[in-house]
Order: sequence, then C-alpha cells, then structure tokens
Amino acid sequence: MEPFHQVAGVAAALPPANIDTDQIMPKQFLRGINRQGLSQGFLFDLRFSAPGQERADFVLNRAPWRSASILLTGPNFGCGSSREHAVWGLRELGLRCIIGTTFGGIFADNCARNGVPAISVPMAELDRLMTLATDPDRCQLVVDLQTQTITSPADGQQLHFDFDPLRRHMLLHGLDAVGLTLQHAQDIQRFEQAYFQARPWLATTASDVNG
Amino acid sequence: MTTARTLYQQIVDTHTVRSLDAPGQVLLYVDRQVLNEYTSPQAFAALHAAGRSVWRPASTVAVVDHVNPTTPERNARTMVLADADRARQVSTLAENCQRHGIDLFDMLDERQGIEHVVASEQGLVLPGMVMAAGDSHTTSHGAMGALGFGIGSSEIEHLLATQTLVYQMMRNMRVSVRGQLGAGVTAKDLVLALIRQIGADGAGGHVIEYTGEAISAMSVEGRLTLCNMSVEAAARGAIVAPDDRLFDYLHGRARVPKGAAWDAAVLAWRQLRSHEDAVFDKDVVLNANDIAPMVTWGTSPDQGASIDAVVPDPEQESNLTQRRSMVRALEYMGLHPGQALDGLPISHAFIGSCTNSRLEDLHAAARVLRGRRVASGVRAMVVPGSTSVRQQAEADGTAQVFRDAGFEWRQSGCSMCVAMNDDHLQAGDRCASSSNRNFEGRQGPGARTHLMSPAMVAAAAVAGTLTDVRRWAAQ
Repeated sequence: MEPFHQVAGVAAALPPANIDTDQIMPKQFLRGINRQGLSQGFLFDLRFSAPGQERADFVLNRAPWRSASILLTGPNFGCGSSREHAVWGLRELGLRCIIGTTFGGIFADNCARNGVPAISVPMAELDRLMTLATDPDRCQLVVDLQTQTITSPADGQQLHFDFDPLRRHMLLHGLDAVGLTLQHAQDIQRFEQAYFQARPWLATTASDVNG
Repeated sequence: MTTARTLYQQIVDTHTVRSLDAPGQVLLYVDRQVLNEYTSPQAFAALHAAGRSVWRPASTVAVVDHVNPTTPERNARTMVLADADRARQVSTLAENCQRHGIDLFDMLDERQGIEHVVASEQGLVLPGMVMAAGDSHTTSHGAMGALGFGIGSSEIEHLLATQTLVYQMMRNMRVSVRGQLGAGVTAKDLVLALIRQIGADGAGGHVIEYTGEAISAMSVEGRLTLCNMSVEAAARGAIVAPDDRLFDYLHGRARVPKGAAWDAAVLAWRQLRSHEDAVFDKDVVLNANDIAPMVTWGTSPDQGASIDAVVPDPEQESNLTQRRSMVRALEYMGLHPGQALDGLPISHAFIGSCTNSRLEDLHAAARVLRGRRVASGVRAMVVPGSTSVRQQAEADGTAQVFRDAGFEWRQSGCSMCVAMNDDHLQAGDRCASSSNRNFEGRQGPGARTHLMSPAMVAAAAVAGTLTDVRRWAAQ
C-alpha cells in the first residue's frame, strides 16, 4: 500500500447525503476479477450522461475540480454494498482523501486498506470547508495525517481531526496488514487450539474436522 | 468497574486472539466466511501475488449467486454464461476453490443459493460464532446468535491468509420491540419502521441487539430478515440472543453438530445472552402494535412510510441536507408531495433477495396469491433464495400457486435485487420489491424501487398498484 503522509490539492464538494456504493461504482463496472480500470466507473451516472459524454455541470468535470485530490462528502457517504471497487475507482481517478461527517462503515475500512484516509469532521467544519471548496480560488486544502490537521490557506484556518491510531500508523507507513498479522501466527495457532478444545462439538461438524 | 458484558462483547471476547496497541482494537478470530464470485477474485489474486496460502480452508464455503442467470430451467445448457466477463468470474472462483480446497456450491449444485440464505440453511453459522463475508448483508447471521458483518476484498484476503481480522470494537445499541406485530405486519415492516425512525446512518458504529416480546415471538426466518436489513441503518452487526426457537431451527441441518455433541453445544449456547446489568450506549424502543405495513417512497431505505400514508413534503423537513435528498428522491421516483402511496400503479413485482426469499416469505406471498391473478400490465417474478427453498416450494405446492397467479417461477440467485445478471428493470419501471435497497439505479438505470414485505409485493402484483395487504385476506 502506498503510504499517505500529506496531500495538498484541490478539494471538490459533493454535499448530498447517503451516496451509496451502487452510485459510486455501478454494477456494469463489477465485471472484472482485478482492481484496475475502475476510474471510469466512479460516480458514473453523476459524471456522465452516456459513456464518454460528460455532464458539464458536475463538479468533477469542471476546472479546477477535475484535478481534485480531496473529496468532501455529505453524511453516510459510501453506505450500502461492501464492494471495494468503489475505492479502487476513486483512487485510480486521483482522489487521495475523503472528508465528511460519517461514512459507510465497510467503505471507510476499504478506504484505509487502499491508502485513502476517510476523515470525519464536525458538521460545522465540513460546512466551512464545503463553502471554500465551491470557490475555484479558495478550494485548496492541505490534509496532513502526521499532524492530523486540515489546513485551508484561503481562510488561514487549521482544523485538528481524530483518527484511529492503528489505522493512521498503517497509512503513514504504507504497511501490509496481512504481513503484520502473520507476525502473530503463533498466537493465532495457540488461540485456535484452546478455542476448539473448549468447544468439542465444533470438531464434529464437517467444516471443522481439520480445525 | 462493571464486568457485565453485552452478548456482542462476549462474542468478541471469546474470539480475541490478542489485543492490539490501540484502545478497543483486537485481532479477532473468525469462525466462518462465505465467498462469492465478484468480491473474492481480487482477494485471491493478492494472496497469490504475496505467495501466501489459505489459513483454514474448511472455515470457508464459496457460492455463485450474484451473476448467475435465474432462468426458469436450470441445467448444464441454461447455466452456460454467454457473457464472457461473468463466465470468467465464475470460472475464477472455481479455480481458486480447487486450488485451496474450498467447498464450492457452483451453479448446478443443489446447495446453491444466495450466500446468506445458504449459510443458515446449511447450519454453517452457529450461535456464538463470528462470521464475515464480502457482502454487506452478512449482518443476517445475527439471527443465529452470532456476530456477522460484511468486509471488502482486502479484508477477505486478510481473513483467508490469517483466519482473523484487525477489529475495532463497536458500540452497543439495544432495540427493544414491545408488544406483537399485527396481522399482515412482518419483520420487514419492523425493520423498515426502525430504519425510518433512526435514519440510514442511525446505527453507525454500533452493533444492535434486538430484544422484546415481538422478537421472542418472531420466527428465525423473520429474525434473518431483521438482522439482514439492519445494515441499511448502518449497523455493523445485529444480534438476537439464541433461544429454543433457534435451536429448533438449527437441529438436524447439514453442518450442525449431532447427538451428544448437539446436547453439549446447546448447553453452552444457552449461556449466550447479555448480562442483566450490561450497559448499552444507545437504547431504542419500538412498539410493535403501532407498526403498519411499510413501503419506501424514496431512494434511501430510511425514506419509508406506512402504506396508508402520503408522500411527505420536503418543505416540512427542517434539515437542509435531508430536504435536498427528499427533493432529489421524489424527482427520481416520479412522485409528488401529498400523493397517496396506496393506489400507486406499478409495472413490476419482485419477490427475492437475501432479505426475503426464504420458504416462509414465499408462503406468506402465496397466501395472498392463491386464487388470484397478477394484474394485466404487471410483470411479476419470484426468485427463491436457494435451490433448496425452490425444491421445497415445488414439493409443497407453493410454486404452483405462483405459476397459477402469473408469476415467473425462477431459479435462485441475487437476481433483480442487485441486477448484476440479466434480471433488471428499464428506466421508469416501477417495482414493488421484497429486496433491501431502493438506491438509484439499483434494479437498473432509472428504475424505481419500492421496498416492502413479500406479502405486500404479492398484493401489489394482484392490485397492479401499491396496496395494503391487510385488505387482501387469504381466499
């Protein structure tokens, strides 16, 4: 996973509530067996009226937001389906960071596993950032995960945000979660042994014979 | 300092391999997972790229459910996927299962079905277990007195490789349902009423435990519906404590312990309940007697109302974000404020999905349909949740009731709930649907979905409009 320290760039505002992962990555883009080629599908129906036909009024199709690296979202962004394709697509499009009030839980987990922090901030702060983001001359933000701050040069403010410490550590160092957990392989083996010993009935069900 | 623990906390405690550095974070052991054809290939690819193996293949079952056809005939000819992409997803799943010794319920397997229907049907998930799968509706398995939750493909990879997940402890929400659901009112109506009350993110960061008279009286299949759709309120799990009703349901199923092992298991499972003085972070109370059959009018599952209500007026909504969502939803749905929901014409009726496609659901719909016909101009289809459900419904005459009424009687799969196969609607179609999501485009680009119970779908199919199932007593 690519480490995430800081991103400085254009922020785009997408205020509607409950934008679900069906909208973020519609079903016609779920036909692959890999993680590539999904940028086209990201928010497809909002970005395009037909394949290759952009909706001129949509924020990500206008300068300067076409090159946005930060997305400001309404409540519960990423609710619904667990499809990680939603995150692969937005990452491929160049978005590095999502800022909102709340997120779909699985979506936020998926973001963290792909080097894209999903940052929760209070509603009033989000409103302030969204107002800046709608102004082409004031829409630059600096998100720093090391210092846990969002700086907005246009109004000179710096906002501190809370972030899960373990997740932050993983993101800052671009760590491989599976590799880290496998360092505890002996613990897992010991746990399994005790777990199955305490539940002898599990050994009689077909699926646990080799537990 | 209290040691009283909720059932959810106890399940996490018994599955904690070790605590991790951050507060509330543990390495969580997972008993079971189910794989499907569209979220697992990327996980296997990453596993292979890193040269890793599957920790415990026997904990996993794989099912083809999202992309397979549901044509009425299921045989080697109809189950050939003409679509090259879907065929590759299915063959990739088969190759991965073969390579790692994972049990696969392929399209022609008699155990095939929607992953969550299959898992409970096979007795794969037992009380006190942790179940994770690459599908958000994995919350269903809380009905087994287990903790179930959905994960993305990267977490599937982690689970395959380690049998664990790095897990953040959630907060506890108790939903107490007093009284009893009235005639014609089901678990689906209850969960739609709950989601309307607390909002589409109302249970965010929480695991729900359902308690109360209406839950005790509810069938296990009803509890599966309830726990399944709890994710539409953003719950990260939903549990009903095990009871005799559950033990009766589990007894004799394929993967459930037998004989003396069964007795020992039940003894242990009876201990699985929240301690008397366990503390819940949030308490929600619903009165079951007050709940009427529900339908959604918007494009988020919390945009629902009683069938006897009218479409609400966004002008009455004080929250600006919510008001804008309502305006947009009404535009998409082709509805206007004040319009009666009862009597709204439909073009399609769909009974299916992991939420409502089990035998009890089909029986409830068939009671309405017996001796009646689908209204002209309505295309109605029923997609049983599993091949086994389909066979049972064939054997007990339920299938014939659907056919006689003019429903298409199809093969099992996710079908028109997620519309990843050929079952989808056209723009402007209006569908009474027993599924779980009324999102824009979910059943097809521009399609309009109204969520409701299977019996309500059956009544709508006959009436040709949304209608109150309580006016359509069995004939």
